[in-house]
Amino acid sequence: MKRRSLWSWIVLVLAILYFGLPLLGTVDFSMKMRRGVYSLDAYWAVLGDPRFQATFLYSVVMACMTIVVGVLLVVPTAYWVRLKLPRWRPVIEFITMLPLVIPAIVIVFGYIRLYNTSSWLPLTGSALGTDALLTLGYTTLALPYMYRAVDTGLRTIDVATLTEAAESLGAGWITVMWRVILPNVLVAVLSGAFLTFAIVIGEFTMAALLNRPAFGPYLQLVGANRAYEPAALAVIAFAITWICMGLIQLVTRLQKHTMRV
Amino acid sequence: MAFLELSGVRKDFELVRVVRDFNLDVERGEFISFLGPSGCGKTTTLRMVAGFETPTAGEIRIAGRDVVGLKPNQRNIGMVFQSYALFPNMTVAQNVAFGLKVAGKPRAEIDARVAQMLGIIKLPQLADRYPFQLSGGQQQRVALARALAVQPQVLLLDEPLSALDAKIRVSLREEIRAIQKALGITTIYVTHDQEEALSMSDRIVVMHEGRVDQIGTPFEIYNTPATSFVASFVGTLNRIEGIIADPSAGTVRVGARDVAVASPLGARRAGEQVSLALRPEAVTLAPRPGQDVAIEARIVEVAFLGSVIRVRADIGGATITLDTFNSPASPPPRIGDAVTLHLSSSDWVVLAD
Ligand SMILES: Nc1ncnc2c1ncn2[C@@H]1O[C@H](COP(=O)(O)OP(=O)(O)O)[C@@H](O)[C@H]1O
Ligand SMILES: [Mg+2]
Repeated sequence: MKRRSLWSWIVLVLAILYFGLPLLGTVDFSMKMRRGVYSLDAYWAVLGDPRFQATFLYSVVMACMTIVVGVLLVVPTAYWVRLKLPRWRPVIEFITMLPLVIPAIVIVFGYIRLYNTSSWLPLTGSALGTDALLTLGYTTLALPYMYRAVDTGLRTIDVATLTEAAESLGAGWITVMWRVILPNVLVAVLSGAFLTFAIVIGEFTMAALLNRPAFGPYLQLVGANRAYEPAALAVIAFAITWICMGLIQLVTRLQKHTMRV
Repeated sequence: MAFLELSGVRKDFELVRVVRDFNLDVERGEFISFLGPSGCGKTTTLRMVAGFETPTAGEIRIAGRDVVGLKPNQRNIGMVFQSYALFPNMTVAQNVAFGLKVAGKPRAEIDARVAQMLGIIKLPQLADRYPFQLSGGQQQRVALARALAVQPQVLLLDEPLSALDAKIRVSLREEIRAIQKALGITTIYVTHDQEEALSMSDRIVVMHEGRVDQIGTPFEIYNTPATSFVASFVGTLNRIEGIIADPSAGTVRVGARDVAVASPLGARRAGEQVSLALRPEAVTLAPRPGQDVAIEARIVEVAFLGSVIRVRADIGGATITLDTFNSPASPPPRIGDAVTLHLSSSDWVVLAD
């Protein structure tokens, strides 16, 4: 017992050093823009940059669109598979895992080949079309996380019997989805949504290759040309991710208090 | 014309015939139980009435209307599940209101109806609780209220008490029956528990391997089982194999003696094998008026069960189980005692196989 706790302390300290030191160094460096004193100058410079505001806003909008598309795609699919096609679950799960194996650059090249201006559906011909394509690309990237989260949520309720109970009370399938299934997997959906948000905000490959003004390419641009601002940006991006993770924890805990034993 | 009719209903799952030639007429307001061992097709039949399964063949009519083509949400049927199936995200009141909301009823009507239903199940104080804050018995009562709130034409219950402990089972089954009677709602109740079926039902449908073995009142099912399966499944029963001695005199040879059997032996001939059934409570150690059969026997087993003493006696070629009431005045018989068993020839039931 004692030995084990000693070892776990050592591992913990090593982990903190490995993950924490670079972060600490970055925070430290980001506050040294003004010579000799700690200041938030780099942060003000970044936040005041109109390109930061524009690209960040763009990525937030894209993240929200991705979440909406992802939820609309994944919740009914996962529900339907659990209810009607339980034998197909491993297959569907495998398909949703594919984006983890196929690099984003391959996916986006595939998109460009399929939907370029001389193709049957020239999505890349307009900004709106490209945004739609990018949303779909992001949805693909987030699919493994979204599907897992929702499927785990569905496992905690008796989908088949709840559906039948609602149907016998006169509900059609939209009512079943909206009033019975979705509220009961809301926490899982929110977890998936925050993960999606974190992924989309920092994504570089797809946005860069589709040439959209997203936050990821902006990070890269600033990183290549400035000294202190990239450190500040890294800290900001890190904070956003952490906030997302914290929100996942928060909603999970809230759920425990109000709904489940 | 009956209110709910099943005629020639059959269900195949791929190559397996799970329900075969099911015929049943249920009168308005009747309480019917489907009784049978696990896997005999009770749930499948119930789900065909509810619309969750489509019959392979046959017709199901409610109030004269063929419902086979209708979806579950068009049938106006109340369903109660073994697992309660309350919506976890809704309070008790919201659960009960669900069907009324779906039907688009006005707010005031919904509130009044929910209050009325919570009164009927005697849980008005729990309106704002969530399902996970209720006991199993309370959850099932809420599920009942939810199913009844929409005033369904037929109420279907699939082993609603199986997940509850014994004491609550008994009190809740009385409550369900009382509510059913008060509302006069046509009900089908699925159970594998013969005590439940016998104590609650107007009529019982005993099912066996997808077939209806017998339909009758609890009294008929218990006292005149139609098949050897019904006889063995419902209640404790003596089953004795005999050989027809004289069909016209109604005697059957059991071991070395002939016993008189009042029930008709049908077209059987002398020398044919026959199965007889006899309820333990029909046999007594002291003669009672009206008993015309006396059999010499030897006690082989005595079990003291409290108010009842269960005795097993060997009659040579067969053992008979009988129940006698405990009486402080007379001590129970002992193993090895020679006794005379008294019964009436009309107590024998000849079983069709
Ligand atoms: N969806 C299904 N697919 C295949 N077989 C089924 C299905 N549902 C039930 N069965 C089979 O039908 C038989 C009867 O089942 P069921 O109606 O649930 O019995 P009971 O309710 O009397 O226990 C069982 O052998 C069961 O395995
Ligand atoms: Mg069943």
